[in-house]
Amino acid sequence: MTIDAHPLPNRSLFKLAAAAAPILLVLILVPSLIGTYQLQLAIYGLIAAIAALGFNLLLGYTGLLSFGHSAYFGVGAYSVAFVVAHLGPHSMEFYLLVGIPVVAITSALFGYICVRHTRIFFGILTLAISQVIYSLALKLYWVTGGSDGLRVPRPALFLGLLDFLGPQGFQLFIRSYYYYVLGIFVVCVVLMWVIVHSPFGKALQGIRDNEVRARFLGLRIRRFRWISFLVSGTFTGVAGILWVPLNGLTTPDVLYWTFSGEIVFTALLGGFRNFAGPIVGGIVFTYLKTYAVATTEYWQLLLGVVLVTLVLVLPTGIVGAISQAGQRLGRRNAVT
Amino acid sequence: MAILVIQILNSLLYASVLFLIAAGLSLIFGVMRIVNLAHGSLYAVGAYVTAWLAGRGIALGVPLGWLFLLLPLGALSVALIGIVIEPLLLRPFYRRAEEYQLLVTFGLLQILEDLMRLLWGGTPLSADTLIDALPILRIGGLFYPAYNLLVIAIGIVAAVILWAAIYHTKFGVMLRATSQDRRMASALGLNVGLVYVMAFGIGCFMAGLGGAIVVPTQAAVLGMGVDALVIAFVVVVIGGLGSLKGALIGAVVVSFVRTAGIQFFPELELAVLYLIAALVLLVRPSGLFSTA
Repeated sequence: MTIDAHPLPNRSLFKLAAAAAPILLVLILVPSLIGTYQLQLAIYGLIAAIAALGFNLLLGYTGLLSFGHSAYFGVGAYSVAFVVAHLGPHSMEFYLLVGIPVVAITSALFGYICVRHTRIFFGILTLAISQVIYSLALKLYWVTGGSDGLRVPRPALFLGLLDFLGPQGFQLFIRSYYYYVLGIFVVCVVLMWVIVHSPFGKALQGIRDNEVRARFLGLRIRRFRWISFLVSGTFTGVAGILWVPLNGLTTPDVLYWTFSGEIVFTALLGGFRNFAGPIVGGIVFTYLKTYAVATTEYWQLLLGVVLVTLVLVLPTGIVGAISQAGQRLGRRNAVT
Repeated sequence: MAILVIQILNSLLYASVLFLIAAGLSLIFGVMRIVNLAHGSLYAVGAYVTAWLAGRGIALGVPLGWLFLLLPLGALSVALIGIVIEPLLLRPFYRRAEEYQLLVTFGLLQILEDLMRLLWGGTPLSADTLIDALPILRIGGLFYPAYNLLVIAIGIVAAVILWAAIYHTKFGVMLRATSQDRRMASALGLNVGLVYVMAFGIGCFMAGLGGAIVVPTQAAVLGMGVDALVIAFVVVVIGGLGSLKGALIGAVVVSFVRTAGIQFFPELELAVLYLIAALVLLVRPSGLFSTA
């Protein structure tokens, strides 16, 4: 992607591998331990994690709060739906092949406009532009199906080697799709880790912490922000592409601005100052929302209370709080 | 010709409601530097409270004329909510990054939206008896409820009062001083905390009033607040966040574009509005009429 020619510090990748290996092992073993429904939830969790991971490049590492990331998620989802409706081949690879460029172009275009502002105006601008897409998806019903949305059947995986038409198709699909999404998730995490630890990522953090100083160092701030926006939107778009075959349907709801709010919520829940924060946030949020919806009709109320409490009490999110507690423990041990 | 007059009146009706919402949003941002994502939901609360009270009033046999007193009552109840919310929820966030302020108001939005569902259920709540309480006018052979004219009048009166309060009273001076430099105002002996509560209360009152006067013409429904917020954003972006005049002009522009849009290009009506907002943000980020 957008990594400079500088050699990467290999150490950071080793660190990632060492930290992630046991977690990855658990994730690989998970399907043999849980049922289809739980597995389906786990896939949703991984997808939410990819979306939040992309979003966080912008919030956590570039210091720009986007309130319009639903647009890229939704464009990813709708581009798959259009492929299904107009181009034919029900192959996941084909969806990705078409969807990723569409999402990248969309985020490049929108990002080019949005990075002209920062802070609150950036937030409102991203929101306004995402709402353009939303209202088009809602109103141009002969193309998008309006509020009914578009259906997306189960695709074949691995260039059509695996398809799921038989009587046990659904169970088989969930099982295979879990590994499929897990694979893409791992690729995304590694890519994001490389980006964040590359000179480019360091420059983004420099811009986030002190824009004036970064400019004096000769960084072309707007261009860095733009590329960050492009990468961020594309990651969230990939999540949208992966989400739609699982959901089977895409409606304008995924483009509405409250969905952007959920992505922000997700990143904050895990902690946006941490690399792992949005990943944890995505998975936890998926379970939280599912159980909130299952237990009460007023799940939104519950989520709202959680969000407000979180912002008040745990501003660094779950991962941030854990690492702080860990540091405190470590310090106490060092003293005694 | 009569249709044109009615379309213009309808635009003005929509403009006066939009102005009330957007002016509140703008006032809160101007003084407190907070973008209140829950503002639309407060507008919806105003609508629900008014419709609910009207229903109660009719059930108790209150004479129709008296029901108009419910309009300010609905607005006041929202102002009360605002006065409670500000010290409890918003005050801890003034010193923190604005991301947190957005998030806490987003949480508030979710809570308010579901509280409305909890209290009033999913069926729309209507208060159209208020329209029947006033005569129906004839404009060139077409019928037009006089209530709509009342809404336009309320919008105009509210704009005048707000303008007078901000630019011609001592409280207005305090408000503007706090908006320009919070620390300096505090150093000069102003009770900034009180100014904030007042500003937030007034902002909420405006939103509530918008909801109260709109509910007889269209029932209170779930999600009306979330929709209204985005349109109010368009208004304040066109006019400039924090500017009263901007909110007024923005509201008029948006409502006329919207009326024309529904008439001539219904599919693109909303998209055009958001595009205008995005364009204004690009060309003049501080809005077309930003002053303070």
